[in-house]
Amino acid sequence: MEIALLHALTQLTTAAEDGGGFHAPTIGEFFPPIVLFAGTPFEMNRIMIIRFLVMLVLLLFVVVGTRSLKVVPTRGSSLIEFPFNFVRNNIAYEILGEKDGRRFLPLITTIFFVVIGMNITSVIPFLNIAGTSVIGLPLVLAVISWGAFIYAGLKKHPGAFIKNSLFPPGVPKVLYLIVTPIEFFSTFILRPVTLTLRLTMNMLVGHLLLVLFFSATWFFFFQQGPNLFSVFGVGTLVFGFAFTLFELFVAALQAYIFALLTAVYLQLSLADEH
Amino acid sequence: MGGLILMAAEQSGGNTSLGPLFPELYDVVWSLVIFIVIAIVVTKVGLPRINAMLDARTAAIQGNIDKAQAAQREADEALERYNAQLAEARVEAGRIREQAREDAKRIVAEAQQQAGAERDRIIASGNAQVEASRSKAQAELRSEVGVLALGLASGVIGEHLGDDRNATAYVDRFLADLDAERAAAGTRQ
Repeated sequence: MEIALLHALTQLTTAAEDGGGFHAPTIGEFFPPIVLFAGTPFEMNRIMIIRFLVMLVLLLFVVVGTRSLKVVPTRGSSLIEFPFNFVRNNIAYEILGEKDGRRFLPLITTIFFVVIGMNITSVIPFLNIAGTSVIGLPLVLAVISWGAFIYAGLKKHPGAFIKNSLFPPGVPKVLYLIVTPIEFFSTFILRPVTLTLRLTMNMLVGHLLLVLFFSATWFFFFQQGPNLFSVFGVGTLVFGFAFTLFELFVAALQAYIFALLTAVYLQLSLADEH
Repeated sequence: MGGLILMAAEQSGGNTSLGPLFPELYDVVWSLVIFIVIAIVVTKVGLPRINAMLDARTAAIQGNIDKAQAAQREADEALERYNAQLAEARVEAGRIREQAREDAKRIVAEAQQQAGAERDRIIASGNAQVEASRSKAQAELRSEVGVLALGLASGVIGEHLGDDRNATAYVDRFLADLDAERAAAGTRQ
């Protein structure tokens, strides 16, 4: 669905560009010009710089924020504690239980912090694009999540994990002809792919929508000259504002989903059926 | 779907047919670097501090609960002790009151007894004094009567030698003196 929408948007782009004056969002925005280290694997562009900015903010949050935690929480320290406690209680302990939850808490916390931090830049003025809207970061996170649940399964049930994943017990042997390829595909291929695409496409499309609404507003108000059609600009502005709020919600929701699914996959690997 | 991706790719600045679905090398490299840095800081700094704080909080809450329970227990014990002491004190007070009442009774009885004895003693000594006075008076009277009788006898003899008329007169005078003396003694008494 996201891809279809993307297609529609790119079609719109070409159409609008012919009209002249209207700056429509393009996929090219996710590949801004390289500004540093061109030609090396360490090329920097605007989005990479945004990611480093987010990283610095997250490091400051973690290092400076947790410096003055109070046993009796103050208003400030409970604000710092909140995301940590949310991941711990509502994701890790909720899905994995206390023992395994504690074990995988660093991974899940890091994933949640990275995703929410990178997502939120999509609505921060002057940044205006999510660090997760380019596929590299979601892909890295998904591969780490994938590696983690395979590691957890192999460690907990050496030998039995792969066998039970591909040949679920209690299924008639003949059905393995169908079940095994499906299980293999869904567990070892579809999981990381859906993790990657769900996050990338949500943030990418969110950015395109916001750009579309605000550039349309600009177009209606100023570029085609203030006239009767400028009324449409009010509509696009209102939608742009509404979708900014929605984008904020999506940013938090996608971070929650990514961390939650990582925990769920770990739980499935650790489950006793294996 | 492949067609769509292709079309998207044509629009994109990406250099392959996958368009935005193709990860650029620098994209993956920097993503990995950033993830590792954040993971290290979260794991080595953030979570240990949070865990230490949560442990301290748990300990503090548990400690406070224990302290409160200990205080409650102590208070209960103190109350029990106090009640026991109070009951003991009540018994003691009752005992003392009873003792005092008995003592008072005993003292009154003793005082009465002593007073009775004293009274008897005073009465007895009074009686003895009266008795002594009476016997002394009797003894004195007896000796005086002797002297009087002797005086009277010698007087009677003296007058008889002279004149019978004189003797009669003497007896009369003696008796009159005796009467007078008795009258005087009567008024004196």
